[in-house]
Amino acid sequence: MPQNQLLEKIACYHCGNDCLSNDFNFDGKSFCCQGCNSIYKVLSSNNLGNYYHYNDHPGINRDGLDKKFDYLSNAEIVTKLIDYRDERTTIVTFYIPQIHCSSCLWLLEQLNNLNPAIHYSRVDFLKKQLIIKFDHKTFSLQQLVELLYDIGYEPVISLQDVIKEQNLAVKDNLVKKIAVAGFCFGNVMLLSFPEYFGLSVYEQAYKYFFGFINVAFSLPVLLYSGRGYFTSAYHNLRNGVLNIDFPLALGIAVLFLRTLAEVLTQTGAGFADTLCGLVFFLLVGKFVQRKTYHHISFERDYRSFFPVAVQVIEDEKEKPVPLAQLRTGQRIIIRCNEIIPADAILLKGNALIDFSFVTGESAPVNKTLGEIIYAGGRQMDKAIELEIVKSVSQSYLTQLWNNEAFSRKQDNRMQTFSEKMSKYFTFALLSIAVASLLFWLPLDYKRGLAAFTAVLIVACPCALALSTPFTMSAVLSIFDRNLFYLKNTRVVEQMATIDTIVMDKTGTITTPENNVIKMQADLSFKQKQLVYSACSNSTHPLSRMLCMHLGDIKQLPVVEYSEIAGKGIVAKINGHHLLIGSGKLSTGHFDEPSHVSVIHIVIDDEYLGYFAASHHYREGLDEIGSLNGDYDLYLLSGDNDHEKNRLLNFFPLVNHMHFNQSPQDKLDFIKSLQQMHTVMMVGDGLNDSGALKQSDIGIAVTDNVNNFSPGCDAILDGRSFKKLPAFLRFSKDAVSIIHASFAISLAYNFIGLAYAVTGRLSPLIAAVLMPLSTVTIISFTTLATHFKARKHKLL
Amino acid sequence: MNILFFLIGCSIMLAFMFLGAFFWAQSDGQNDDLYTPSIRILLDDKKKDAENEK
Repeated sequence: MPQNQLLEKIACYHCGNDCLSNDFNFDGKSFCCQGCNSIYKVLSSNNLGNYYHYNDHPGINRDGLDKKFDYLSNAEIVTKLIDYRDERTTIVTFYIPQIHCSSCLWLLEQLNNLNPAIHYSRVDFLKKQLIIKFDHKTFSLQQLVELLYDIGYEPVISLQDVIKEQNLAVKDNLVKKIAVAGFCFGNVMLLSFPEYFGLSVYEQAYKYFFGFINVAFSLPVLLYSGRGYFTSAYHNLRNGVLNIDFPLALGIAVLFLRTLAEVLTQTGAGFADTLCGLVFFLLVGKFVQRKTYHHISFERDYRSFFPVAVQVIEDEKEKPVPLAQLRTGQRIIIRCNEIIPADAILLKGNALIDFSFVTGESAPVNKTLGEIIYAGGRQMDKAIELEIVKSVSQSYLTQLWNNEAFSRKQDNRMQTFSEKMSKYFTFALLSIAVASLLFWLPLDYKRGLAAFTAVLIVACPCALALSTPFTMSAVLSIFDRNLFYLKNTRVVEQMATIDTIVMDKTGTITTPENNVIKMQADLSFKQKQLVYSACSNSTHPLSRMLCMHLGDIKQLPVVEYSEIAGKGIVAKINGHHLLIGSGKLSTGHFDEPSHVSVIHIVIDDEYLGYFAASHHYREGLDEIGSLNGDYDLYLLSGDNDHEKNRLLNFFPLVNHMHFNQSPQDKLDFIKSLQQMHTVMMVGDGLNDSGALKQSDIGIAVTDNVNNFSPGCDAILDGRSFKKLPAFLRFSKDAVSIIHASFAISLAYNFIGLAYAVTGRLSPLIAAVLMPLSTVTIISFTTLATHFKARKHKLL
Repeated sequence: MNILFFLIGCSIMLAFMFLGAFFWAQSDGQNDDLYTPSIRILLDDKKKDAENEK
C-alpha cells in the first residue's frame, strides 16, 4: 500500500508544506495542492517569479478554490468598504493577515504588473494593510479582491473595520505638540545661557532682548503644547477631582506669569527655559505611555467576525444579501468555513459546526436536519442550506452580546498610585506655598510673592508625573515581547493588587488543538484500517484525533458497533472483534498516567499496544498551580466534571472548582468573590466575556490574537500561558519601582523647596533641577524595570 | 556687536523653517509607517535581470 507511506518528502515550492502526491507539478516544481500550483502559474506568467527568490517558500497555503466574493457586486456594500472614490479612481484599504515576509511586500506592490487598471498599491507591513488605488471603470472591486485571492492574499472584509477606526482615533497631534515644545525648549535654553554665564554691564541691552524672545517662545508652549493640562485640570476640578494635572497646570501658569512679570519689569531673566522643558518632558512622558498594537484591538465585537453578506436563495437563484437585510424565513447557503450569521434551522446538508468562536470548545458538533443552529458557528463540512428563524439582531449571539450584564459600565476600577498620591501632593504643595507667603508677607511682600511662586515652580510634580508613564511603558514593552498585550498601562497596577485568580477551563487551560498523538503499537495497514473504520463512527474527541492521526484510509463496513461512555468502542468489522478505549475496557488495568490519555487497541483478544494522546492542558499549568499559596485559585467550567480528578493535580482545592457554569453563573460568581477580594479572571471566548468584564482585571487567553475577545483588559497569547506567574510577580515589582521613583522625585522636590521657601530661587537652579530630576527618573525606571524583567526571565 | 541681533533673528527664522518642514512631513504621513520602507529598500528590480541571465 503506497498510500500510507511517503517515499520522500518534497516541500511545496510555494508554501513549503509537504507534497503528499505528485499530481501537481509545473515547470519542474512540485506543489502540494491545486491552489499553490495556480498561484505559481499566475505569478510566473506575469514575470513575477522574483517572488520566490527573496524567500524560500514565501506563500501561504490556500485551501478551497470556490470564490465567495459575489457580494462585492452589491453597490451598497462597496461604498461601505472603500476609502475614496471619484469618477475614475477608487482608493481602498484592505487588511491582509497573510502579509509576513519581504516577498509578500514585493508582490503586493507589483500588482500593477498583474493588471494595468491598478495605479499603485502600497503595503503597511506592521499593520498588515494594503492600500490600492485603481480605475473602477475597467476593474471592479470584486475583480480586485478575486485577484488578491488568486495570488494567495485574501483580504479580511468585515462589517466593523476596527483597524480603520483605530487609525482615526489617535489623531490628537501629540507629536506636533512635542515638536513645538522641543523646538521652543532648545531655542530658549540657548538664549538663556548668556544670562547664566553672566552679562557685563555693557551687554544689558541683550538681556532684555533675550528676555522678550524667551517670552515669545513660551507663548506657543503655553497656548498650544500645554493647553491640554489646563483643560484637563479644569474639567477635573469641576467634577471635584484633584488629579496630577492640577499642580502641573498651576506650575505652568505660575512659571509663565512670573517670567512675564520679571521680563516686563526688567527685574530678572524669568523661568522660560524651565517652562518649556517642563512641558516638553511631560508630553514625552505622555507619548511613551501611549501604546498602540497594530494588529490587536480591544474594541472588536461580533460584527468584525461576521461575513458582510450571505448567499440567499430566492426563486432557485443565489444572490448575495447584506446581513442587515436578512429576514426570517429566508433560505441561506453557508459554505465550508463560513460563519452562520443568524439563528437558523438546518434544511439540507451535513452540518458539522465549530462553535469555538462562541464557546471556546473546538470539537465540531454534528447537527441533524430540522435542528436550530445558533449564530456564530462555523460550518466545517460541505455547503448547507438553512432557513433563518431570527434576524441577525435578534439572534442568540447578538442578544448575548447586547445583554446588560455584558455591556455593564466599568465603575469598580481602582485608582492608580499617582492618582491617589497627587491628591495629597497638591494639598501639601498648596499649604507650603501659602505658608511661605504668609511667613514673608509682614517682612517683605515682594519676597513673599517670590517665595510663593518659587514653591509652585520648583515643586511642580514633573518627575512624579513621569515616573508612572516611563515605568509602565517599559513594563508594557517587556510584556509585549512576551506575547502579553495589555489594554493600557493602568492594567499593570491592577494586576499587582489582585489576590484571587479565577480560571475558565475550556480554551483557557486547555488548548483548542490537541493533535499530539503517539503510536505505541505496531499495527499493520490492515489493522490500522480496522481501527480507523471503528473510530470514524465515533464523535468522541479522542476518536477524532485518532482518525486524523491515521490519515485518510478507506473505510470498511462496520457490522456491530457500540460506544460505552467513558470507556471506549466495541465493534465488529470484517469478522474481527475490536476493543478500542481506556484500560478499564480493554485490559482491565486502572492505573493510567495522569499527563496522557491512553487508547488501548485490542483486536481479536490480542493486545496490540496503545495510542498516547498528551493531555490538552496548556504547557505550564503546573506553574499556575504553584500560585496557590499567594493567590486563591478558582476554576469555573461550562463543562461537566469528568476531568475533575485530573484537574486536582493543578487545583488542589475541590471546593474551588465549579462545573456546569453558564455565562451568567460565572459573572455572578465573580461578583460574589468581589465582596471580599480583588479578582482576576482568565478566560476565553464569548461565554466568558461577562465574567471578564465584571472582574477587576480580565485576561483573555487566545491562540490567535486577532480572535474575538470582548470585555477583556489584556490578551495573552496561549504560547506564553506558562509565564503568567512571572507576569504577576513582575507587575508587583513594577509598582514598587513606581514607589521608589516617587521617593526620588520627592527628594528632588525637597532640595528645590529648601531654596524656594527663602524666596531666593535663582532661575539657574530651577533650570538645572528640573531636567536633572527628569533624567534621573527616566534612567532609574528604565534600568530597574529591565533588571527586574531579567530576574523573572522575561527578557 | 549689534550684528548679534541680526544673526539671532536669522537663526530663529532658519529654525522656524525646519519646524515648518517637520510639520509638513508629519501631516503628509511621512512618519505613519516607519517600518515598511526598511524592507522595501532591500527589494530591487535589478534582481530580476540577474536571475534571468543565469
